[in-house]
Amino acid sequence: MTPKISLTGVGKTFPVRGGGEFTALSGIDLDVAEGEFLVVVGPSGCGKSTLLDLIGGLTRPTTGRIAIDGAEVTGPALDRAVVFQQYALFPWRTALRNVEFGLEAKGLRRRERAEIARDHLDLVGLSGFEDRYPHELSGGMKQRVAIARSLAYDPGVLLMDEPFAALDAQTRDSLQDELLGIWAKTGKTVVFITHGIDEAVYLGGRVAVLTSRPGRVKEVADIDLGSRDAREDVRSSPEFAAHRHRVWSLLKDEVQTAQRLTVPAPRKEAIHLG
Amino acid sequence: MAKYALRLIVLAYLAVLLIVPVGLIGWRTFEDGFGAFADALTTHSALHAFKVTLIVAGWAVVLNTLFGVLAALLLVRHRFPGKRLLSALIDLPLAVSPVVVGLALILVYGTFTPVGGWLEGRGIQIIFSTPGMVLATVFVCLPLVVRAIVPVLEELGDEQEQAARTLGAGGWQTFRRITLPGIRAALGYGIVLSLARALGEYGAVAVVSGRTVDQTQTLTLFVEERFENFDVHASYAAALALAAIAVVSLLATRLLRPKDGT
Repeated sequence: MTPKISLTGVGKTFPVRGGGEFTALSGIDLDVAEGEFLVVVGPSGCGKSTLLDLIGGLTRPTTGRIAIDGAEVTGPALDRAVVFQQYALFPWRTALRNVEFGLEAKGLRRRERAEIARDHLDLVGLSGFEDRYPHELSGGMKQRVAIARSLAYDPGVLLMDEPFAALDAQTRDSLQDELLGIWAKTGKTVVFITHGIDEAVYLGGRVAVLTSRPGRVKEVADIDLGSRDAREDVRSSPEFAAHRHRVWSLLKDEVQTAQRLTVPAPRKEAIHLG
Repeated sequence: MAKYALRLIVLAYLAVLLIVPVGLIGWRTFEDGFGAFADALTTHSALHAFKVTLIVAGWAVVLNTLFGVLAALLLVRHRFPGKRLLSALIDLPLAVSPVVVGLALILVYGTFTPVGGWLEGRGIQIIFSTPGMVLATVFVCLPLVVRAIVPVLEELGDEQEQAARTLGAGGWQTFRRITLPGIRAALGYGIVLSLARALGEYGAVAVVSGRTVDQTQTLTLFVEERFENFDVHASYAAALALAAIAVVSLLATRLLRPKDGT
Protein backbone atom coordinates (compact mmCIF):
# COMPACT_ATOMS: atom_id res chain seq x y z
CA MET A 1 0.00 0.00 0.00
CA THR A 2 1.34 3.45 -0.87
CA PRO A 3 1.81 5.67 2.17
CA LYS A 4 -0.34 8.81 2.40
CA ILE A 5 2.73 11.04 2.59
CA SER A 6 6.17 9.94 1.52
CA LEU A 7 9.42 11.86 1.71
CA THR A 8 12.44 10.44 -0.09
CA GLY A 9 15.88 11.97 0.38
CA VAL A 10 14.39 15.41 0.98
CA GLY A 11 16.85 18.25 1.58
CA LYS A 12 16.47 22.00 1.64
CA THR A 13 19.18 24.64 1.48
CA PHE A 14 18.74 28.40 1.57
CA PRO A 15 21.12 30.96 0.11
CA VAL A 16 22.61 33.13 2.82
CA ARG A 17 23.14 36.87 2.57
CA GLY A 18 26.68 37.50 1.42
CA GLY A 19 26.99 34.18 -0.44
CA GLY A 20 27.13 30.61 0.75
CA GLU A 21 24.35 28.25 1.69
CA PHE A 22 22.51 27.20 4.79
CA THR A 23 21.37 23.58 4.95
CA ALA A 24 18.10 23.39 6.87
CA LEU A 25 17.17 19.79 6.10
CA SER A 26 19.16 16.95 4.66
CA GLY A 27 18.36 13.41 3.54
CA ILE A 28 14.91 13.11 5.13
CA ASP A 29 13.23 9.75 4.50
CA LEU A 30 9.83 9.49 6.12
CA ASP A 31 6.56 7.71 5.32
CA VAL A 32 3.27 8.59 6.95
CA ALA A 33 0.43 6.08 6.68
CA GLU A 34 -3.16 7.06 5.95
CA GLY A 35 -4.95 8.13 9.13
CA GLU A 36 -1.75 8.25 11.17
CA PHE A 37 -0.94 10.89 13.80
CA LEU A 38 2.77 11.65 13.39
CA VAL A 39 4.53 14.16 15.61
CA VAL A 40 7.86 15.71 14.62
CA VAL A 41 10.04 17.02 17.45
CA GLY A 42 13.43 18.64 17.26
CA PRO A 43 15.55 21.35 18.85
CA SER A 44 14.70 24.90 17.82
CA GLY A 45 16.09 25.88 14.45
CA CYS A 46 16.38 22.29 13.21
CA GLY A 47 14.11 22.88 10.24
CA LYS A 48 10.85 21.44 11.64
CA SER A 49 8.78 24.24 10.19
CA THR A 50 10.65 24.05 6.90
CA LEU A 51 9.67 20.37 6.74
CA LEU A 52 6.02 21.32 7.14
CA ASP A 53 6.27 24.11 4.55
CA LEU A 54 7.70 21.54 2.15
CA ILE A 55 4.87 19.06 2.67
CA GLY A 56 2.39 21.93 2.45
CA GLY A 57 3.88 22.94 -0.89
CA LEU A 58 4.72 26.46 0.30
CA THR A 59 8.32 25.90 -0.67
CA ARG A 60 10.10 23.40 -2.92
CA PRO A 61 12.76 20.92 -1.77
CA THR A 62 16.30 21.39 -3.05
CA THR A 63 16.79 17.64 -3.30
CA GLY A 64 14.55 14.60 -3.03
CA ARG A 65 10.87 14.05 -3.60
CA ILE A 66 7.69 14.59 -1.60
CA ALA A 67 4.53 12.76 -2.61
CA ILE A 68 0.95 12.67 -1.40
CA ASP A 69 -0.86 9.47 -2.40
CA GLY A 70 2.05 8.81 -4.76
CA ALA A 71 1.68 12.15 -6.61
CA GLU A 72 4.52 14.64 -6.32
CA VAL A 73 3.84 17.85 -4.39
CA THR A 74 4.32 20.90 -6.62
CA GLY A 75 2.45 23.55 -4.64
CA PRO A 76 -0.30 24.12 -2.09
CA ALA A 77 -3.51 22.22 -2.83
CA LEU A 78 -6.80 21.45 -1.17
CA ASP A 79 -5.75 17.87 -0.32
CA ARG A 80 -3.63 19.35 2.51
CA ALA A 81 -4.38 21.92 5.18
CA VAL A 82 -1.90 23.90 7.26
CA VAL A 83 -2.56 25.19 10.79
CA PHE A 84 -0.10 27.93 11.73
CA GLN A 85 1.27 28.81 15.15
CA GLN A 86 0.05 32.41 14.91
CA TYR A 87 -3.39 31.31 13.61
CA ALA A 88 -3.12 33.42 10.41
CA LEU A 89 -6.81 34.27 10.55
CA PHE A 90 -8.13 37.04 8.31
CA PRO A 91 -8.94 39.89 10.74
CA TRP A 92 -11.62 41.56 8.62
CA ARG A 93 -13.66 38.36 8.32
CA THR A 94 -15.92 36.87 10.98
CA ALA A 95 -15.20 33.40 12.35
CA LEU A 96 -17.76 31.93 9.97
CA ARG A 97 -16.38 33.76 6.95
CA ASN A 98 -12.85 32.70 7.90
CA VAL A 99 -13.94 29.07 7.87
CA GLU A 100 -15.69 29.64 4.55
CA PHE A 101 -12.52 30.90 2.82
CA GLY A 102 -11.29 27.52 1.57
CA LEU A 103 -14.81 26.60 0.48
CA GLU A 104 -15.00 29.75 -1.64
CA ALA A 105 -11.88 28.69 -3.50
CA LYS A 106 -13.54 25.32 -4.03
CA GLY A 107 -16.47 27.11 -5.68
CA LEU A 108 -19.30 26.09 -3.37
CA ARG A 109 -22.53 28.07 -3.21
CA ARG A 110 -23.13 30.49 -0.37
CA ARG A 111 -25.73 28.47 1.52
CA GLU A 112 -23.70 25.28 1.26
CA ARG A 113 -20.58 27.13 2.45
CA ALA A 114 -22.32 28.60 5.48
CA GLU A 115 -23.75 25.21 6.42
CA ILE A 116 -20.40 23.40 6.22
CA ALA A 117 -18.64 26.24 8.07
CA ARG A 118 -21.25 26.12 10.85
CA ASP A 119 -20.80 22.36 11.22
CA HIS A 120 -17.06 22.75 11.57
CA LEU A 121 -17.28 25.58 14.09
CA ASP A 122 -19.57 23.23 16.01
CA LEU A 123 -16.96 20.47 15.72
CA VAL A 124 -14.35 22.66 17.43
CA GLY A 125 -16.86 23.76 20.07
CA LEU A 126 -17.47 27.30 18.82
CA SER A 127 -21.20 27.27 18.09
CA GLY A 128 -22.58 30.72 18.78
CA PHE A 129 -19.32 32.48 17.87
CA GLU A 130 -19.99 32.58 14.11
CA ASP A 131 -20.23 36.36 13.90
CA ARG A 132 -17.26 37.23 16.10
CA TYR A 133 -14.20 38.81 14.55
CA PRO A 134 -10.76 37.33 15.38
CA HIS A 135 -9.85 40.23 17.67
CA GLU A 136 -12.91 39.40 19.78
CA LEU A 137 -11.69 35.83 20.40
CA SER A 138 -9.12 34.43 22.84
CA GLY A 139 -5.97 32.72 21.57
CA GLY A 140 -7.45 29.25 22.08
CA MET A 141 -10.63 30.21 20.25
CA LYS A 142 -8.65 31.70 17.38
CA GLN A 143 -6.75 28.45 16.97
CA ARG A 144 -10.05 26.54 17.03
CA VAL A 145 -11.32 28.75 14.21
CA ALA A 146 -8.10 28.09 12.30
CA ILE A 147 -8.51 24.32 12.80
CA ALA A 148 -12.14 24.52 11.67
CA ARG A 149 -11.03 26.52 8.61
CA SER A 150 -8.48 23.86 7.75
CA LEU A 151 -10.90 20.96 8.19
CA ALA A 152 -13.86 22.58 6.44
CA TYR A 153 -12.82 21.79 2.88
CA ASP A 154 -12.15 18.19 3.90
CA PRO A 155 -8.43 17.75 3.17
CA GLY A 156 -6.94 14.30 3.67
CA VAL A 157 -3.88 15.68 5.43
CA LEU A 158 -3.70 18.13 8.32
CA LEU A 159 -0.31 19.82 8.81
CA MET A 160 0.10 21.60 12.14
CA ASP A 161 3.04 23.90 12.86
CA GLU A 162 3.38 24.23 16.65
CA PRO A 163 -0.29 25.18 16.78
CA PHE A 164 -0.57 25.29 20.57
CA ALA A 165 2.81 26.88 21.34
CA ALA A 166 1.37 30.36 21.92
CA LEU A 167 -1.38 29.17 24.28
CA ASP A 168 -1.44 28.88 28.06
CA ALA A 169 -1.01 25.42 29.61
CA GLN A 170 -4.67 24.74 30.45
CA THR A 171 -5.95 25.80 27.03
CA ARG A 172 -3.22 23.71 25.44
CA ASP A 173 -4.21 20.59 27.39
CA SER A 174 -7.86 20.89 26.50
CA LEU A 175 -7.12 21.62 22.84
CA GLN A 176 -4.84 18.58 22.70
CA ASP A 177 -7.71 16.39 23.90
CA GLU A 178 -10.09 18.02 21.44
CA LEU A 179 -7.63 17.55 18.60
CA LEU A 180 -7.36 13.84 19.42
CA GLY A 181 -11.17 13.67 19.46
CA ILE A 182 -11.41 15.39 16.09
CA TRP A 183 -8.71 13.14 14.70
CA ALA A 184 -10.56 10.03 15.88
CA LYS A 185 -13.82 11.36 14.42
CA THR A 186 -12.49 12.49 11.02
CA GLY A 187 -9.68 9.99 10.40
CA LYS A 188 -7.34 12.62 8.93
CA THR A 189 -3.65 12.03 8.46
CA VAL A 190 -1.97 14.48 10.84
CA VAL A 191 1.61 15.74 10.84
CA PHE A 192 2.13 17.77 14.00
CA ILE A 193 5.26 19.84 14.68
CA THR A 194 6.23 20.71 18.24
CA HIS A 195 9.24 21.31 20.44
CA GLY A 196 7.43 20.01 23.51
CA ILE A 197 8.24 16.42 24.49
CA ASP A 198 5.10 15.98 26.60
CA GLU A 199 2.93 17.23 23.79
CA ALA A 200 4.67 14.93 21.31
CA VAL A 201 4.26 11.82 23.44
CA TYR A 202 0.68 12.63 24.41
CA LEU A 203 -0.52 13.24 20.84
CA GLY A 204 1.61 11.07 18.64
CA GLY A 205 1.11 7.54 17.42
CA ARG A 206 4.72 7.87 16.29
CA VAL A 207 7.23 10.56 17.17
CA ALA A 208 9.97 11.46 14.70
CA VAL A 209 12.99 13.06 16.38
CA LEU A 210 15.03 15.42 14.20
CA THR A 211 18.72 16.18 14.68
CA SER A 212 19.98 19.75 14.99
CA ARG A 213 21.35 21.53 11.93
CA PRO A 214 21.03 20.19 9.40
CA GLY A 215 17.77 18.48 10.32
CA ARG A 216 17.74 14.72 9.72
CA VAL A 217 15.46 12.03 11.10
CA LYS A 218 17.37 10.62 14.04
CA GLU A 219 14.80 8.04 15.00
CA VAL A 220 11.09 7.40 14.79
CA ALA A 221 9.72 6.22 18.14
CA ASP A 222 6.47 4.25 18.36
CA ILE A 223 4.24 5.49 21.15
CA ASP A 224 1.90 2.86 22.52
CA LEU A 225 -0.38 4.40 25.12
CA GLY A 226 -3.72 3.05 23.96
CA SER A 227 -6.58 5.48 23.59
CA ARG A 228 -6.14 8.77 25.41
CA ASP A 229 -9.17 9.26 27.55
CA ALA A 230 -9.59 12.76 28.90
CA ARG A 231 -11.03 11.32 32.11
CA GLU A 232 -7.84 9.47 32.93
CA ASP A 233 -4.57 11.15 33.73
CA VAL A 234 -2.52 9.49 30.98
CA ARG A 235 0.30 11.96 31.52
CA SER A 236 0.98 10.55 35.01
CA SER A 237 1.13 6.88 33.98
CA PRO A 238 4.46 5.03 34.09
CA GLU A 239 4.09 4.13 30.39
CA PHE A 240 3.89 7.82 29.54
CA ALA A 241 6.96 8.50 31.65
CA ALA A 242 8.89 5.73 29.89
CA HIS A 243 8.01 7.05 26.41
CA ARG A 244 8.74 10.55 27.54
CA HIS A 245 12.16 9.54 28.81
CA ARG A 246 12.97 7.78 25.55
CA VAL A 247 12.15 10.84 23.42
CA TRP A 248 13.93 13.07 25.92
CA SER A 249 17.12 10.98 25.66
CA LEU A 250 16.98 11.11 21.88
CA LEU A 251 16.58 14.88 21.97
CA LYS A 252 19.05 15.74 24.72
CA ASP A 253 22.25 15.60 22.66
CA GLU A 254 20.60 17.46 19.80
CA VAL A 255 19.47 20.34 21.98
CA GLN A 256 23.00 20.69 23.32
CA THR A 257 24.43 20.70 19.81
CA ALA A 258 21.86 23.26 18.74
CA GLN A 259 22.79 25.55 21.59
CA ARG A 260 26.43 25.48 20.56
CA LEU A 261 25.52 26.62 17.07
CA THR A 262 24.67 30.24 17.51
CA VAL A 263 24.25 31.40 13.91
CA PRO A 264 20.54 32.12 13.55
CA ALA A 265 18.71 30.30 10.79
CA PRO A 266 17.45 32.73 8.12
CA ARG A 267 14.27 30.71 7.80
CA LYS A 268 11.54 33.33 7.71
CA GLU A 269 13.24 35.52 5.14
CA ALA A 270 14.45 32.69 3.02
CA ILE A 271 10.96 31.33 2.51
CA HIS A 272 10.00 34.23 0.32
CA LEU A 273 12.28 32.82 -2.32
CA GLY A 274 10.10 29.76 -2.71
CA MET B 1 3.65 77.60 33.04
CA ALA B 2 5.89 75.52 30.79
CA LYS B 3 2.78 73.73 29.55
CA TYR B 4 1.16 76.98 28.43
CA ALA B 5 4.37 78.31 26.95
CA LEU B 6 4.67 75.17 24.80
CA ARG B 7 1.08 75.50 23.60
CA LEU B 8 1.58 79.16 22.82
CA ILE B 9 4.74 78.51 20.81
CA VAL B 10 3.13 75.75 18.76
CA LEU B 11 -0.01 77.79 18.12
CA ALA B 12 1.94 80.91 17.19
CA TYR B 13 4.12 78.86 14.85
CA LEU B 14 1.06 77.37 13.14
CA ALA B 15 -0.62 80.76 12.98
CA VAL B 16 2.32 82.48 11.30
CA LEU B 17 2.94 79.63 8.87
CA LEU B 18 -0.49 78.26 8.13
CA ILE B 19 -3.56 79.83 9.61
CA VAL B 20 -2.95 83.51 8.79
CA PRO B 21 -1.80 83.08 5.16
CA VAL B 22 -4.51 80.56 4.21
CA GLY B 23 -7.09 82.50 6.16
CA LEU B 24 -6.15 85.70 4.36
CA ILE B 25 -6.58 84.00 0.99
CA GLY B 26 -10.05 82.95 2.05
CA TRP B 27 -10.86 86.42 3.32
CA ARG B 28 -9.58 88.18 0.19
CA THR B 29 -11.43 85.72 -2.04
CA PHE B 30 -14.79 86.47 -0.50
CA GLU B 31 -14.13 90.19 -0.03
CA ASP B 32 -16.41 91.02 -2.97
CA GLY B 33 -18.97 88.36 -2.15
CA PHE B 34 -19.58 84.83 -3.34
CA GLY B 35 -20.75 85.95 -6.79
CA ALA B 36 -17.37 87.42 -7.64
CA PHE B 37 -15.71 84.20 -6.44
CA ALA B 38 -17.96 82.10 -8.67
CA ASP B 39 -17.40 84.40 -11.64
CA ALA B 40 -13.63 84.26 -11.25
CA LEU B 41 -13.70 80.44 -11.30
CA THR B 42 -16.09 80.05 -14.23
CA THR B 43 -14.14 81.98 -16.85
CA HIS B 44 -13.12 79.92 -19.85
CA SER B 45 -9.45 79.89 -18.82
CA ALA B 46 -10.21 78.89 -15.23
CA LEU B 47 -12.49 76.03 -16.26
CA HIS B 48 -9.92 74.82 -18.77
CA ALA B 49 -7.22 74.92 -16.10
CA PHE B 50 -9.47 72.84 -13.84
CA LYS B 51 -9.91 70.30 -16.60
CA VAL B 52 -6.18 70.06 -17.32
CA THR B 53 -5.40 69.67 -13.61
CA LEU B 54 -7.96 66.88 -13.21
CA ILE B 55 -6.70 65.00 -16.28
CA VAL B 56 -3.06 65.27 -15.27
CA ALA B 57 -3.64 64.50 -11.59
CA GLY B 58 -6.06 61.67 -12.43
CA TRP B 59 -3.60 59.89 -14.72
CA ALA B 60 -0.73 60.49 -12.31
CA VAL B 61 -2.66 58.99 -9.39
CA VAL B 62 -3.79 55.93 -11.38
CA LEU B 63 -0.27 55.22 -12.67
CA ASN B 64 1.28 55.87 -9.27
CA THR B 65 -1.15 53.56 -7.49
CA LEU B 66 -0.46 50.66 -9.85
CA PHE B 67 3.29 51.16 -9.79
CA GLY B 68 3.33 51.91 -6.07
CA VAL B 69 1.58 48.66 -5.11
CA LEU B 70 3.77 46.58 -7.42
CA ALA B 71 6.98 48.25 -6.22
CA ALA B 72 5.99 47.86 -2.55
CA LEU B 73 5.22 44.14 -3.03
CA LEU B 74 8.55 43.71 -4.80
CA LEU B 75 10.46 45.51 -2.04
CA VAL B 76 8.81 43.67 0.86
CA ARG B 77 7.98 40.20 -0.43
CA HIS B 78 10.98 39.43 -2.62
CA ARG B 79 14.72 39.27 -2.32
CA PHE B 80 16.81 40.22 -5.30
CA PRO B 81 20.17 41.84 -6.01
CA GLY B 82 19.98 45.64 -6.11
CA LYS B 83 16.99 45.81 -3.79
CA ARG B 84 18.47 48.52 -1.59
CA LEU B 85 19.45 50.54 -4.63
CA LEU B 86 15.87 50.35 -5.91
CA SER B 87 14.57 51.40 -2.52
CA ALA B 88 16.88 54.42 -2.52
CA LEU B 89 15.95 55.33 -6.11
CA ILE B 90 12.27 55.43 -5.19
CA ASP B 91 13.01 58.16 -2.64
CA LEU B 92 14.99 60.22 -5.14
CA PRO B 93 12.07 62.42 -6.29
CA LEU B 94 11.75 63.70 -2.70
CA ALA B 95 15.30 65.04 -2.87
CA VAL B 96 15.44 66.34 -6.43
CA SER B 97 13.95 69.77 -7.13
CA PRO B 98 10.87 69.54 -9.38
CA VAL B 99 12.43 72.08 -11.74
CA VAL B 100 15.34 69.70 -12.28
CA VAL B 101 12.84 66.93 -12.99
CA GLY B 102 11.20 69.09 -15.65
CA LEU B 103 14.54 69.91 -17.29
CA ALA B 104 15.55 66.25 -17.24
CA LEU B 105 12.33 65.27 -18.99
CA ILE B 106 12.93 67.89 -21.67
CA LEU B 107 16.45 66.53 -22.17
CA VAL B 108 14.98 63.09 -22.86
CA TYR B 109 11.70 63.82 -24.61
CA GLY B 110 12.23 67.29 -26.15
CA THR B 111 11.60 67.66 -29.89
CA PHE B 112 15.29 67.88 -30.76
CA THR B 113 16.38 64.78 -28.84
CA PRO B 114 16.52 61.27 -30.38
CA VAL B 115 13.67 59.89 -28.26
CA GLY B 116 11.48 62.97 -28.58
CA GLY B 117 12.17 63.24 -32.32
CA TRP B 118 11.34 59.58 -32.86
CA LEU B 119 8.05 59.93 -30.96
CA GLU B 120 7.22 63.18 -32.75
CA GLY B 121 7.70 61.40 -36.10
CA ARG B 122 4.88 59.09 -34.96
CA GLY B 123 2.65 61.96 -33.97
CA ILE B 124 3.24 61.68 -30.23
CA GLN B 125 4.18 64.89 -28.49
CA ILE B 126 5.43 64.56 -24.92
CA ILE B 127 6.86 67.93 -23.99
CA PHE B 128 4.50 70.95 -24.04
CA SER B 129 1.57 68.56 -23.92
CA THR B 130 -0.40 66.36 -21.52
CA PRO B 131 1.86 63.22 -21.57
CA GLY B 132 4.85 65.31 -20.44
CA MET B 133 2.85 66.90 -17.65
CA VAL B 134 1.62 63.48 -16.50
CA LEU B 135 5.20 62.16 -16.57
CA ALA B 136 6.45 65.09 -14.51
CA THR B 137 3.66 64.68 -11.98
CA VAL B 138 4.13 60.90 -11.72
CA PHE B 139 7.81 61.48 -11.08
CA VAL B 140 7.32 63.87 -8.18
CA CYS B 141 4.60 61.67 -6.61
CA LEU B 142 6.57 58.43 -7.09
CA PRO B 143 7.53 57.66 -3.45
CA LEU B 144 4.21 58.54 -1.84
CA VAL B 145 2.20 55.34 -2.45
CA VAL B 146 5.21 53.05 -2.03
CA ARG B 147 6.28 54.60 1.27
CA ALA B 148 2.73 54.49 2.62
CA ILE B 149 2.33 50.75 1.91
CA VAL B 150 5.78 49.32 2.65
CA PRO B 151 5.66 49.55 6.48
CA VAL B 152 2.15 48.07 6.56
CA LEU B 153 3.17 45.15 4.34
CA GLU B 154 6.16 44.51 6.58
CA GLU B 155 3.96 44.65 9.65
CA LEU B 156 1.36 42.29 8.17
CA GLY B 157 3.94 39.64 7.34
CA ASP B 158 3.17 36.89 4.87
CA GLU B 159 1.50 34.39 7.15
CA GLN B 160 -2.03 35.31 6.10
CA GLU B 161 -0.99 35.17 2.46
CA GLN B 162 0.53 31.73 2.99
CA ALA B 163 -2.61 30.58 4.77
CA ALA B 164 -4.70 31.77 1.83
CA ARG B 165 -2.48 29.83 -0.56
CA THR B 166 -2.90 26.64 1.45
CA LEU B 167 -6.66 27.29 1.36
CA GLY B 168 -6.64 27.12 -2.41
CA ALA B 169 -6.37 30.80 -3.39
CA GLY B 170 -4.17 31.61 -6.39
CA GLY B 171 -1.80 34.56 -6.66
CA TRP B 172 -4.36 37.10 -7.87
CA GLN B 173 -7.04 35.90 -5.44
CA THR B 174 -4.57 36.09 -2.56
CA PHE B 175 -3.71 39.65 -3.52
CA ARG B 176 -7.30 40.78 -3.98
CA ARG B 177 -8.81 39.07 -0.96
CA ILE B 178 -5.93 39.05 1.56
CA THR B 179 -3.22 41.57 0.74
CA LEU B 180 -5.46 44.36 -0.53
CA PRO B 181 -7.84 44.42 2.47
CA GLY B 182 -4.78 44.41 4.72
CA ILE B 183 -3.21 47.47 3.11
CA ARG B 184 -6.48 49.24 2.28
CA ALA B 185 -6.15 52.09 4.78
CA ALA B 186 -2.48 52.74 3.97
CA LEU B 187 -3.17 52.57 0.25
CA GLY B 188 -5.99 55.08 0.61
CA TYR B 189 -3.70 57.39 2.52
CA GLY B 190 -0.97 57.06 -0.13
CA ILE B 191 -3.44 57.75 -2.92
CA VAL B 192 -4.74 60.90 -1.22
CA LEU B 193 -1.22 62.14 -0.56
CA SER B 194 -0.38 61.56 -4.24
CA LEU B 195 -3.55 63.33 -5.29
CA ALA B 196 -2.80 66.33 -3.09
CA ARG B 197 0.78 66.45 -4.36
CA ALA B 198 -0.33 66.04 -7.99
CA LEU B 199 -2.91 68.84 -7.71
CA GLY B 200 -0.38 71.18 -6.16
CA GLU B 201 2.62 70.37 -8.37
CA TYR B 202 4.08 73.51 -9.90
CA GLY B 203 7.80 73.42 -10.72
CA ALA B 204 8.13 70.33 -12.90
CA VAL B 205 4.86 70.97 -14.70
CA ALA B 206 5.79 74.62 -15.27
CA VAL B 207 8.93 73.53 -17.11
CA VAL B 208 7.48 70.77 -19.30
CA SER B 209 4.07 72.31 -20.05
CA GLY B 210 5.18 75.47 -21.84
CA ARG B 211 2.43 77.25 -19.84
CA THR B 212 0.17 77.86 -22.80
CA VAL B 213 -3.03 79.50 -21.56
CA ASP B 214 -6.13 77.45 -22.40
CA GLN B 215 -3.99 74.52 -23.51
CA THR B 216 -1.42 73.27 -21.02
CA GLN B 217 -2.26 75.49 -18.08
CA THR B 218 -3.01 73.67 -14.85
CA LEU B 219 -4.71 75.29 -11.89
CA THR B 220 -1.43 76.07 -10.10
CA LEU B 221 -0.03 77.63 -13.28
CA PHE B 222 -3.30 79.57 -13.63
CA VAL B 223 -2.90 80.96 -10.10
CA GLU B 224 0.60 82.19 -10.89
CA GLU B 225 -0.24 83.57 -14.34
CA ARG B 226 -3.31 85.50 -13.07
CA PHE B 227 -1.23 86.90 -10.20
CA GLU B 228 1.50 88.09 -12.55
CA ASN B 229 -1.16 89.81 -14.68
CA PHE B 230 -2.56 91.72 -11.70
CA ASP B 231 -5.81 89.71 -11.76
CA VAL B 232 -5.38 88.92 -8.07
CA HIS B 233 -9.01 88.03 -7.62
CA ALA B 234 -8.97 85.08 -10.02
CA SER B 235 -5.67 84.10 -8.50
CA TYR B 236 -7.04 84.01 -4.94
CA ALA B 237 -10.20 82.20 -5.99
CA ALA B 238 -8.27 79.45 -7.79
CA ALA B 239 -5.83 79.15 -4.88
CA LEU B 240 -8.70 78.71 -2.44
CA ALA B 241 -10.29 76.10 -4.72
CA LEU B 242 -7.01 74.15 -4.75
CA ALA B 243 -6.76 74.30 -0.98
CA ALA B 244 -10.38 73.22 -0.62
CA ILE B 245 -9.87 70.14 -2.83
CA ALA B 246 -6.85 69.16 -0.76
CA VAL B 247 -8.75 69.53 2.53
CA VAL B 248 -11.72 67.51 1.21
CA SER B 249 -9.48 64.67 0.06
CA LEU B 250 -7.69 64.57 3.42
CA LEU B 251 -11.06 64.41 5.19
CA ALA B 252 -12.08 61.62 2.82
CA THR B 253 -9.21 59.43 4.06
CA ARG B 254 -10.45 59.86 7.61
CA LEU B 255 -13.85 58.59 6.55
CA LEU B 256 -12.39 55.73 4.50
CA ARG B 257 -10.53 54.38 7.51
CA PRO B 258 -12.31 51.30 8.90
CA LYS B 259 -13.88 51.82 12.27
CA ASP B 260 -12.61 48.70 14.05
CA GLY B 261 -9.07 49.96 13.68
CA THR B 262 -7.77 47.01 11.68
